Formats: sequence, structure tokens, C-alpha cells
Amino acid sequence: MNEAAIAASGLTMRFDGFTAVDKVDLHIEKGELFGLLGPNGAGKSTIIKMLTTMIRPTDGSALVWGHDIGRERDAVRSSIGVVFQDPSVDSQLTGRENLDFHGRMYGMDARLRQKRIEDVLDLVDLAEKADVLLEDYSGGMQRRLEIARGLMHHPDVLFLDEPTLGLDAQTRRYIWEYIQNMNRSEGVTVVITTHYMEEADYLCDRVAIIDRGRIVALDSPKNLKDLIGADLVVLEVGDGHLDDLAGLLSDFDWVVSAEASGDAVALRVDHGESRIPEIVLTASRAGVKIRSVSMHEPTLEDVFLEFTGKKMRDADTGGGGGKLAAVQSRMRTRRH
Amino acid sequence: MARIDPYAIYSLWLREMIRFFRLKSRVVGSLAPPFFFLAILGVGFRSTMVVPEGVNYIDFLAPGIIGMTLLFSATFGGLSMLWDREFGFLREIMVAPVSRLSIVLGRTAGGVTTAVMQGVIILVPGILMGLKITGLGGFLLSLVFMVLIATTFNSLGLAFASRMKDMSGFSLIMNFMVFPVFLLSGALFPVENLPPWLRILSYLDPLTYGVDGLRASLVGVSAFPLVLDLAVLAACCAGSLALGAYLFEISDVE
Repeated sequence: MNEAAIAASGLTMRFDGFTAVDKVDLHIEKGELFGLLGPNGAGKSTIIKMLTTMIRPTDGSALVWGHDIGRERDAVRSSIGVVFQDPSVDSQLTGRENLDFHGRMYGMDARLRQKRIEDVLDLVDLAEKADVLLEDYSGGMQRRLEIARGLMHHPDVLFLDEPTLGLDAQTRRYIWEYIQNMNRSEGVTVVITTHYMEEADYLCDRVAIIDRGRIVALDSPKNLKDLIGADLVVLEVGDGHLDDLAGLLSDFDWVVSAEASGDAVALRVDHGESRIPEIVLTASRAGVKIRSVSMHEPTLEDVFLEFTGKKMRDADTGGGGGKLAAVQSRMRTRRH
Repeated sequence: MARIDPYAIYSLWLREMIRFFRLKSRVVGSLAPPFFFLAILGVGFRSTMVVPEGVNYIDFLAPGIIGMTLLFSATFGGLSMLWDREFGFLREIMVAPVSRLSIVLGRTAGGVTTAVMQGVIILVPGILMGLKITGLGGFLLSLVFMVLIATTFNSLGLAFASRMKDMSGFSLIMNFMVFPVFLLSGALFPVENLPPWLRILSYLDPLTYGVDGLRASLVGVSAFPLVLDLAVLAACCAGSLALGAYLFEISDVE
């Protein structure tokens, strides 16, 4: 087979008059680590549910590893591994029993199960916890076990729906490593959804930015950020005429744009770090008192802003991850 | 045509077994009500209950209580799909490359086995209280009835669970289906004691034939011919299994 890992065309899902996914076309190459990035409620999980045969699309079609998601559901199921957003383990069983159950459901004989269980437990560092009941696992351990389980039957495509949601930074790092590892060493095609910018940026070969059920941008993280181009310099201003300052600064030919809002002026500047002295000088000449200057290189957050005209957290339509996203977004803002 | 995946069926059955033997407190908890029914009703009603002539009340009551144990345990087992939905494990089952029919059969096999084990366990206090079993043949025949009863109600539980989005309907089913089915089945007293209009409902109750069949096989006393009990119950069993499988097949996970 020389076709795509996933080829979707016009994929649409409507729930009672509300369109969750709107005519999505996707083409994911074999071996790719592909990200679906967007706020909660953007339709990422619904796309995953359709591609993994958990729900049937209202309209459109898709091939997963060459199998039609509507007509060849069992063939699709055999080709994929899925790590769902919410826990899907039996907490009354041990880690090993959960994996054993999984292996049998995928038709693996005892010898093969034994071998694969050892393999995947090693991969996620859970060999020592194999015989502990899942209810005694921490959230991160459960997640790792689910990732191990998703890999156990050597799927062609692995779907990970918000794999690091609600996990601490250290565990998240670990999980990123596992994901990257198996994508590189085992050649598994990985489709991951996330609303964490750094996650998509760090992990993915290509990212589709999703907003209100549509793909608004699709490229490698680097190319997406290059679309924004210039660095962002933010001046926090004590007092003075912000608009005048913004006007003065936008006269420089190296300033791409300048906008005043609240008590800050946001500038898009090429080579920001070398322009800061001049910016500060201009401000003090204009009699504007600057409280702080911060600069950051374009992130996927900026890309999202560019394509949707809003910040990810504002686009957030709630759900379990909403609060987390907001907190995380606030932390990002502080870092500028 | 739906495939049968023996390995997957075994996997689902094995999961039920592991869970059953792991949760010993739940097993004890589920055996307590039938035990109390047997121990207290058996003694309390011994002298006053009108039962067929020449029959001890305990001989009459014990098969009824076994029927009750099977009814509650099996219905509960079928409804346990709601827990799997709630805790997400259902998705792990549904995304596997296994036919929906095999999933139904595997779940049913597990639920029926645990129910029948509990039914058999309840025989022990019955025997200690004076229940006289006709013999090994009768016991083996009663196992057939136990399997049929458990399969019928496990499938009905599954059918209901397939139609429910969450756990809110659970107590409704328990109170408005399971209790009338139990009380009308003639488990505690002969159906002939009921007024004719209520007796009609008893005759529509699959458990009536189950309890009567258990009585016929275990103690050799019954209201209907054994063949009738077997035929009616087998038909109910096939019907509810088909209904459960169908409703599960068309239900969505999400």
C-alpha cells in the first residue's frame, strides 16, 4: 500500500443542529506525527471519534490505513490503537490484567501477549507496577498504561486524544518522549489532539489548527510560525499617551505593526532583541514611562490568533480542560 | 453476518470472573438478602403458608429464593454495562476489532456464570435448613434452569442498559421491573393463591416458569409440566438474548 495513513474528505458531524465538525479534509502521511490543535470544543475529539469508528459521521468519508470508516469498521479497528481522552481502564484489574484483556480482544495468543506486555511495560516504565490494581495507580501511571495498551497490538496508526491533559509537567515530558520514541523507532503513525501549544510545537511534524469544526491552517509548526514572521515586543506602560507612542513607533520601517490596548503597546518587530534599545529611547523621548518590556518569538498561539482573530483561551468553549487551558494560558502571558 | 470471536468472548468472561472473585465483600453482600429471605421467611411462614399438600415450606421456598438470587444477580450483571460506560471501559471494548455479537455473548457468559454460582451457593443454607434434593439428576437439571433464568434476565438487563444514557434509570428498572417479576413469580407462595386477574400477570412472568422448573427438578413438585417450563423459559431466553444483542448493536458508545 502506498496510500496515505489517513485520508478524509468532507468529514462532517452535526448534533441537533450544531455542527461540531464541518467538512474537514485531512491527508496524513504514513509515519507522520500529526497534531490536531485547537481549543476545547473545537471538534478535535469528534474527528478522532469518527476516525476510530466510535461514532458515525453525518456526512463525508474517510479511509484509515486504506479502510473505509463506515463500511470496514472492523478492519479500521484492527489497524488502530486509541488512547481516549478520559480513562478507559478497568480499575478492578491490575495493569497486567488490563493488558492481557486487551491482547485477547486483539486475538493475540498467550506467548505473544506475554512478550508484548513485557515490551510495552518497559517502554512506559511500569514493569514494577504490573501487578498493582489500576485503582492504586496515579493519574500519570494510568495514562502511561493506556499508551502502552494502545501500542501493544502494534497498530499502524495510534490515536492519542489529549494524552497529557491534567498531568504535571514532568509526566508530560516523559509522555512526550514515549510518543516521540515509538513514532521514530517503531514507525507508528501518530495522530494526537491537544490544546497545549508547546505540545503540538514540540512533538508534531505537522499541525492542523482547528477552530469551530474547521481546519483553519495546516503546516509544520515552523512554517506556521514563519507565517507570523516578526517577533512580538510588548511594552507595559506606566503613564503617557499610548496611542501617540504606537503611532511614533509604527513610523519605523522595521516595525511591522503597533497596537495599543489597555496599558500596553504590542509591536511586531523583525529581530526584536536588537530593536529594544531604540524602542525604549523613542518612548522616553515621547515622555512615556515604560514599566516593563518583554519579547517573545512567535508561537502557535500567535498563529491561532492570526487565523481566528482570537486567543485560544477566549475560543475555549468550556469542558474539563477549560480551566487548565486558562491557567496555562495565563502562565504563558506572565512569561512574556 | 456477525462473526463469533471465541477469544474475545473468553476474554470478557474471564474479566467478569477475576472481578467476581476479587470483590469478595460484594459477593457476600449480594448473598445476604437471599440468605435472610430463606432463613427468616422459611421459619416464619412454615406453619401458616398454604403450599401444595405434602410439601415442606422450605422445599417450596428454597427453589424460589434461588430464582430470586438469579433474577437479581443476572439483571444487575446486564445493567453493569452502565458502569463500564460511566468509567470508560466500554470504549476499550467497543474499539476492539470484535463483533458486537461476541461482546454481547462474552458479557452474558460472564454475568450468567456469576449468577449461577450464587444460585448454587444458596442451595447450601437451604440444605442445612432441611431442603431435600431429589438427586444428582435433579440437581443437574436445575443447573439448566438456572442458566436459562440467568441468561434471560442478564440479556434483559443488557437491553435496558443499551437504551439508557446514564445510571439514573437503574433504580427505576430495579424497582419497577425486578421486584414485580420476583413477587409475581410464585417464589414465596403458590401462584394459585393469587386472585385470577393477578394470576394472569404471573403467567406472563418468565421467572414463574423458571421457579416452577427449579422446583420440579430440585424437589419434584411443580404446578406445570416440566416440559412446559423448559419450553417457555427457553423461548424467553432466546427472545431476550436476541433483543439484548440487537439493542446493544444499534446503541452508541458516546
